[in-house]
Amino acid sequence: MNRIEWRRFRAGIAFTGLWIVGLGAFTAWPVVASLYYSFCDYSILKSPVWSGLENYRELIHDDLFWKSLRNTLFYAGLSVPLGTVVALSLALLLNCEVRGRSLFRLFFYLPSIVPMVASAMLWLWIFNGQYGLLNWVLAPILAPFGLHPPAWLADPLWAKPALVIMSLWGVGNAMVIYLAGLQDVPRELYEAAAIDGATGWRRFWHVTLPLLAPVIYFNIIMALISSLQIFTQAYIMSEAANGNGTVSDGNPARSTLFYTIYLFTVAFYDLRMGYASAMAYVLFVITVALTWLATRIARRRMLNLD
Amino acid sequence: MRHPAGNRLAGLATVLFAVAAAWTPARGDAVSSDGRIHVTYWDKWISGYEGNAIESTVAAFNGSQDRIVVDYFVTSQIDRKTIIATAGGVPPDVAGLWAQNVSTFADAEALTPLDGFIRDDGMSNGEWLARYYPIFAAICQHSGHVYAGISTPACMALYWNKTLFREAGLDPDRPPRTLAEFNEDCRRLTKRDPRSGRLVQVGFLPQEPGWWPWAFCDWFGGSLFDGHSVTFATDPRNVDAMRWVRSFTTENGLDDVKTFSSYFGQFASPTAPFFTGKIAMVFQGVWYDGYIAQYKPGLDYGVGPWPEAVPGVGDFATAEADILTIPRGARNPRAAWEFIKYVNSSNPRARTRAELQGAELLDFLQEKLSPLRVWSPYFEQHHPNPNIGMFRRLAASPHIVCIPDMGIWWEYYRETISTLDKVRLLEATPEDALRYSQTRLDQSWARYLLSLRRHGQTLDPTQIAMP
Repeated sequence: MNRIEWRRFRAGIAFTGLWIVGLGAFTAWPVVASLYYSFCDYSILKSPVWSGLENYRELIHDDLFWKSLRNTLFYAGLSVPLGTVVALSLALLLNCEVRGRSLFRLFFYLPSIVPMVASAMLWLWIFNGQYGLLNWVLAPILAPFGLHPPAWLADPLWAKPALVIMSLWGVGNAMVIYLAGLQDVPRELYEAAAIDGATGWRRFWHVTLPLLAPVIYFNIIMALISSLQIFTQAYIMSEAANGNGTVSDGNPARSTLFYTIYLFTVAFYDLRMGYASAMAYVLFVITVALTWLATRIARRRMLNLD
Repeated sequence: MRHPAGNRLAGLATVLFAVAAAWTPARGDAVSSDGRIHVTYWDKWISGYEGNAIESTVAAFNGSQDRIVVDYFVTSQIDRKTIIATAGGVPPDVAGLWAQNVSTFADAEALTPLDGFIRDDGMSNGEWLARYYPIFAAICQHSGHVYAGISTPACMALYWNKTLFREAGLDPDRPPRTLAEFNEDCRRLTKRDPRSGRLVQVGFLPQEPGWWPWAFCDWFGGSLFDGHSVTFATDPRNVDAMRWVRSFTTENGLDDVKTFSSYFGQFASPTAPFFTGKIAMVFQGVWYDGYIAQYKPGLDYGVGPWPEAVPGVGDFATAEADILTIPRGARNPRAAWEFIKYVNSSNPRARTRAELQGAELLDFLQEKLSPLRVWSPYFEQHHPNPNIGMFRRLAASPHIVCIPDMGIWWEYYRETISTLDKVRLLEATPEDALRYSQTRLDQSWARYLLSLRRHGQTLDPTQIAMP
C-alpha cells in the first residue's frame, strides 16, 4: 500500500469508523453471542450454562414450535404469491396512460406508509364478524346460497386468511418498485412486438415479464423474508380480537401463533433466551434455505425466458 | 528523572482508573448535588385518575421528608424494560411490576429480596406481612423471601347490568347466588334478533374479558398447582370448570358465538360489551367502577361476589396486584425501600383527606381497596368507590385466590388461555384440552427445576407462598 492509498484507507476508516463500531457492538456481537447462547441454558441475568444441543433437541419435540412454523409457512405461502400478483397488477394498471395517474399511484401507495398499529386497529373493525365492512359486503352475496360470512379473527379457520388479506393493504412498496422496473422496459421492444402481431397478453408474457424478472425476484425475496417474520399485526390483532390482553398466544386457539410471536414470548415472558436464540437460528436457516430455493427457481425460469 | 514513556504509561493508567471508577456502581445510595438521594421509579400508570394518583402519592412522599426525592417515569411494557435494564446494569431503583412477575423475576435473580430492609427496620418478615390481608401477603413472597410491596391491590367481583336484568324479568337487586342461578339467569338474559336469529345479547361469556381463564378452575374448587406438581388436568374439578365453559358454546351455537364475540371493542372505551349492553354480567376488578363512571356514566349496575360454584364456598373471588420491587443492581436500594415502605404503610388514625398517607392515599385516589388490614376512619367512610365495603369483605375472605407461586406462570397462563379457547371453540373436549396442556406443563416444570439446579438454586416446596 503506497502513501496515497494508505491516506485514503485512513480517511475511509475515519468516515466509517463509527458505523463499524456500531455494527460490531450492536449487530455482529449479538449475532455471534446468540449463536453461543443457543447452546446454553440462559435467562439473561444468570450466567449461561452450556447445555450442548439440548435446546435444539427440545425444539424437535416442541409442538408449539412446529405449530408456529406451520402457521408462518401457511401465511408466507399465501401472502407472497398473492402480494406479488396484486402489486404487479396494480403496477401494470398504473403504468397505463390514464388521466389522474399520479393520483391513483398516490392512493395505492398511501396505505403502505400507514403505521402498522393504526392499520391493525382499522382492520380489526373491517374484520368484525357482526358489524365489519367486509361482512357487510359479503353477507348479501352469500345469503342466496344459505351461507354466512365467517367471524374472521374470532375463527381459528379464518384468522390466518384474514391476515393474508390484510397484508395486501401494504403492497404499495412493491408496486412502486415494479413501476420503476416497468419504466426501464424499452418501448422499442413493445413496438417491435406489436409489429410482429403480438397481443397485449403476449407482449406482457414475452416482453414485460422477462425484463421484469430481476425486479420480481428481488420483491419475492424481500416479501418472503418479511412474511417469515410477521409479528406486529398478528400480535395486536389476535389479542384485541379475542381478549386475553396481557400476553399474545396467537388467539384464537393458537391459530395465529406465528414463529416470531412464539419466539418473543419464550424470550421475554419465559426468559428462556437460550431456547429463543436456538429458535432464531433455526428461522435464519429456514430463511436462507427458502431464499436459496427461490434463487434457483428464479435462475432456471430466467434462463428459460432468455 | 522519569522516562517519558513511563510518564505516558502512568498517565494512561490514571485515565483508565478514572474511567473504571466512573463505571463502577456505587455501593451505597448516591447523594446528588442537591444533597438528596434521587430514586428512579418506573411504573405503568400513564394518565387519568390512576396516573394522577401515583403522581400525588410520589409528591406526598417527597414532601414527607427532606432526604429522598422520587423521580417518577411512566414506562410502558414495564416488565420487559425492567428485565433488560437490569441485565444492562442500569435498572430503576423501584420498578412497578405485576404480581405474575414476582416468582419468575425472583428466580431469574432480577429482584432484591426485601428481607434485610425489613429486618433493619426492626421487624420480622412475619410481622411485616401480617399487616396485609393474607392474599396480598402471599403475592409479595416467593421461596420464603419478601420480594415486593403492593402498590395497587385488586379483587375481582361480579358486575351485572340492572337494566338488562329488569328487561329480562329478573330482580335487578338480586344477583345470582349459586352457579345454578347464574346459569339460569344467563339463559334468560340471552336475546336473539327476531328476523336473523343472530345473538344480540348474552348473559355471560367466559372469554369476556378473558384475563383470568385460570380462575374458573379455582371457582369450581379445583387447583392449578399443589406445591410440587402441576394439577391442571389431574384435578377433576378443573374438568368440570371447562365443561361449564363449553356449555356456553353448545347452548348458543358455535357460529353464533364466534360472530357475536368477534372483536367486542376495547376494554377501556365506550365500545366494551358490558357498556354497550351486549353482555349482562362480567367478572371484573375493583377498578371497574371508575371505568364505568368514565365510559358509561349513568349505567345502572350492581356489584357482588362470585356466585357459589361449590356449595358452602361463599365470597369466592380472585385477587391480583400491581407491585413495587427493587431490581437487582439498583443504585439506591435503601432509599427505594423507604419509598416502598411508605406506599405500604398508612396513617390508621386519618380522619381527613389531608391525613391520608401511603397505601391509603394511593388507593383512595385510584378508587381501590387498601391491601392493609387496618383502614383509617376516613378511608373507610369517605371512599369514592361505593362498593369498597364489598371488596374489603372479599379481600378478607378465606376463599379468595390468586395465581400460583411458580416461576413458569407465564407459560402456564398461556396454556390456560389455549385450553379455554380450544374448549369454547369446540376444538377439543375439556379432558383432551386439559391433558394436552398438562403434558406440556409437566415437561416445562421439570425443565425449570433442572435449570434452577444448574444455576445452584433450589425451590423448597414448603416455602410456596399460599394465602
